[in-house]
Amino acid sequence: MRKLALSDKILMSVDKPARYIGNEWNSVVKEKADVKIRFALCFPDVYEIGMSHLGIQILYNMYNQRPDIWCERVYSPWTDLDQVMRERHIPLFAVESQEPVKEFDFLGITIQYEMCYTNILQILDLSRIPLHVCDRSEEDPIVIGGGPCVYNPEPLADFFDLFYIGEGEVANLALMDLYLECKEQGMGRQEFLRRAAGLPGIYVPSLYQVSYHEDGTISAFTPLCKEAPEKVKKVIETDLDDAYYPDNPVVPFIKVTQDRLVLEIQRGCIRGCRFCQAGMVYRPVRERSLAWLEEKASKMLKNTGHEEISLSSLSSSDYSQLEELIRFLIEEIGERKINISLPSLRIDAFSLDVMQRVQDVKKSSLTFAPEAGTQRLRDVINKGLMEEDILTGAAAAFEGGWNKVKLYFMLGLPSETEKDMEGIAVLSNEVAKTYYDTVPKEKRNGRVQVTASSSFFIPKPFTPFQWASMLEAEEYLDRARTVNHAMKEQLNRKSLNYQWHSPETTIIEGVLARGDRRVGAVIEAAYRSGCIYDAWTESFHYEKWMEAFAAIGIDYHFYTSRTRSLEEIFPWDFIYTGVTKEFLKREWKRAQEGITTPNCRISCSGCGAKTFGGGVCYEAEN
Amino acid sequence: MKLRIKFAKSGCMKFIGHLDIMRYFQKAIRRAGIDIAYSEGFSPHQIMSFAAPLGVGLESEGEYLDIQVHSALSSRQMVEALNQVMTDGMKVCSVRRLPEGGKNAMSIVAAAEYRLHFFEGCSPEIQQAFREFMAQEELPVLKKTKKSEILLNIRPLIYDFQINDKEVFLKLATGSVHNLKPELVMETFFARTGEMWNSFACQICRMELYAWRADVKEPTDADLSKYGQVQADSFISLEELGDSIE
Repeated sequence: MRKLALSDKILMSVDKPARYIGNEWNSVVKEKADVKIRFALCFPDVYEIGMSHLGIQILYNMYNQRPDIWCERVYSPWTDLDQVMRERHIPLFAVESQEPVKEFDFLGITIQYEMCYTNILQILDLSRIPLHVCDRSEEDPIVIGGGPCVYNPEPLADFFDLFYIGEGEVANLALMDLYLECKEQGMGRQEFLRRAAGLPGIYVPSLYQVSYHEDGTISAFTPLCKEAPEKVKKVIETDLDDAYYPDNPVVPFIKVTQDRLVLEIQRGCIRGCRFCQAGMVYRPVRERSLAWLEEKASKMLKNTGHEEISLSSLSSSDYSQLEELIRFLIEEIGERKINISLPSLRIDAFSLDVMQRVQDVKKSSLTFAPEAGTQRLRDVINKGLMEEDILTGAAAAFEGGWNKVKLYFMLGLPSETEKDMEGIAVLSNEVAKTYYDTVPKEKRNGRVQVTASSSFFIPKPFTPFQWASMLEAEEYLDRARTVNHAMKEQLNRKSLNYQWHSPETTIIEGVLARGDRRVGAVIEAAYRSGCIYDAWTESFHYEKWMEAFAAIGIDYHFYTSRTRSLEEIFPWDFIYTGVTKEFLKREWKRAQEGITTPNCRISCSGCGAKTFGGGVCYEAEN
Repeated sequence: MKLRIKFAKSGCMKFIGHLDIMRYFQKAIRRAGIDIAYSEGFSPHQIMSFAAPLGVGLESEGEYLDIQVHSALSSRQMVEALNQVMTDGMKVCSVRRLPEGGKNAMSIVAAAEYRLHFFEGCSPEIQQAFREFMAQEELPVLKKTKKSEILLNIRPLIYDFQINDKEVFLKLATGSVHNLKPELVMETFFARTGEMWNSFACQICRMELYAWRADVKEPTDADLSKYGQVQADSFISLEELGDSIE
């Protein structure tokens, strides 16, 4: 029996001790004497969030396929245990072996959202790994970052030995082989990092120097050695059927956020919404074959015992064999009393029919994401969803028995006017009106419930809106109030409910998303003043962040509301995602002119992603 | 057909709470390919019920769940299939068929036996004090309910006990009517000796769950408020109520 890192007394005193004990079904325990590399794979948030993440499951199993590597998992201790570990000087441990992270060769951290940055420092700190790369010794694990946020890794440049840019299945094992080779030849940390910089998709921030203009923008981004390329090109799988995917995902004991099996049906998105980073950086769209998905679904269900399976993709309705796949799931798997969950489906006759078969209509709500209140603004953001589509979809749904609708919007989009804000209320009212027009009185099940919620738009790197300016927190709030006011003016106001996100979180996320290396000091100062779990409303402290900006002497407006010129060198420009800056500029210009761009299946707009030699770019040719 | 599964829970599994153990078994039963029956309705669930929840932090060698199945293999095959899909610290001990009309484990649980293993041992003085404690017929404990506080005599609910130089064994009333926890017995004992009960000084393990023997008349509430009305051998383990499938 393994000895646990925490005493019974501690485990019994913290919330959900199961977060820290490991031992889950399909978790992997090896003899440490039998392996050459110990890899700690970390999701820097609480266990229930981290265990819901598909990428960790893929990489965990991929590493553990190798007999010479033992990959274990690490999560952020919740705030209760965090305090105990600090008071009693207990080092952070991996859940499988329960041994300190410090003893590992690698600490790989997936960076899924900006608001987890202070949690990354918590992980390093509790592991007793020096926060700064320059303070680390041969004894410390090599700290790797991956995931969507590494498309601008610069705010974290001081804290990571290297970043892996692209899809994890491609080159991680090659990186491990290089490590073993360096170790056998007696090379040290620096030599390994220098060589790693030469691998595809690897960025070693300490091997680059950044210089700045007087106005604070970047003047040059220079590699310091010959191994470090000027541009780091993301690595992707060209054929997803060949990419590693686990048969045996780990099954948690406690209920986690995504408490189901996840079947990734495709990567990327053909739509080209101009605000969406995922839609740009995961190009080109690549589908998995139906046969592959059917086989995986059956295998994984058998190996986990999960009672629910969920399809995962950015836009499931665009998967070309969706009908066949769903038929398979309902016929083959429905027999085994497995629930099917289908997020990100476009609402139309087909999807409604499917949903009626797999969900309890009375309990579920329909979700639309118009993102903007008027057609003009939807054209600006290239959201190819027309008001007519929404109202027709809603009418069909109401006839099918649904009476709860959720609408997602963004506020603070480029060129937004009062009319666009009010448009959110008007469109919500139209949806409610559609219910009363469609469903006769005697068939109604009370009122329709239309819940509109808005987040504030945050410009992200590698999107056409990367040049856009943000607003002040107060302005965001004013816009939300404008919407709220307009909601109250609507005829069906009693059926409408409006919610908005925190504008303070928006500001910080905005800074971190488009920050440069100088922002690292602010993250550290915020962490030192006690910020962790910033993604959790109850533990987010805006004033501490503001104090951190003041202490470091950085005006956050430089990163949020400043106007950026088309010529500016962005901190993330050294990364090559396949989508060219010229294309993004073109799209930014078209946005300003309110011209939409067709999706990848209608016609190719020459974004550049064809360079990867696969996916939707070549569909027409096959 | 109804099957009764007996399992043991040890090591780090003691930190997995009752509801999560239920979820764990739902998945394990799918993995093992047991032909379990599902309820009707929109979201069908496995027909499964547990005998008695076990507190977090306690180990057990005698936990039970009853399931309804459409078909069954032999007991040996099912035990093997389930143990193939158990995590460390979980072990299926037996799978038995319940007779037609056999009552659910939950409704018949009457007693549980616990072993308290003291890491530092039990000194002769403590053993002596514990025997004296148990020699009393009245052990009133203040029980707080939502509305009021009542004095409950716990001694009649302690059906049997043993103490040696490292362990205490307790057979206690268990179930929906009377449910005495071993922690409360020890807390009461240590309070009498003038010491604080340290729940981390021992590891508690539930050894077995029992129902009343068919030939024993179930005691009334009045019987259970007075010491000496229940014989220690009035019970039959839940496992013995089922038959092995060959």
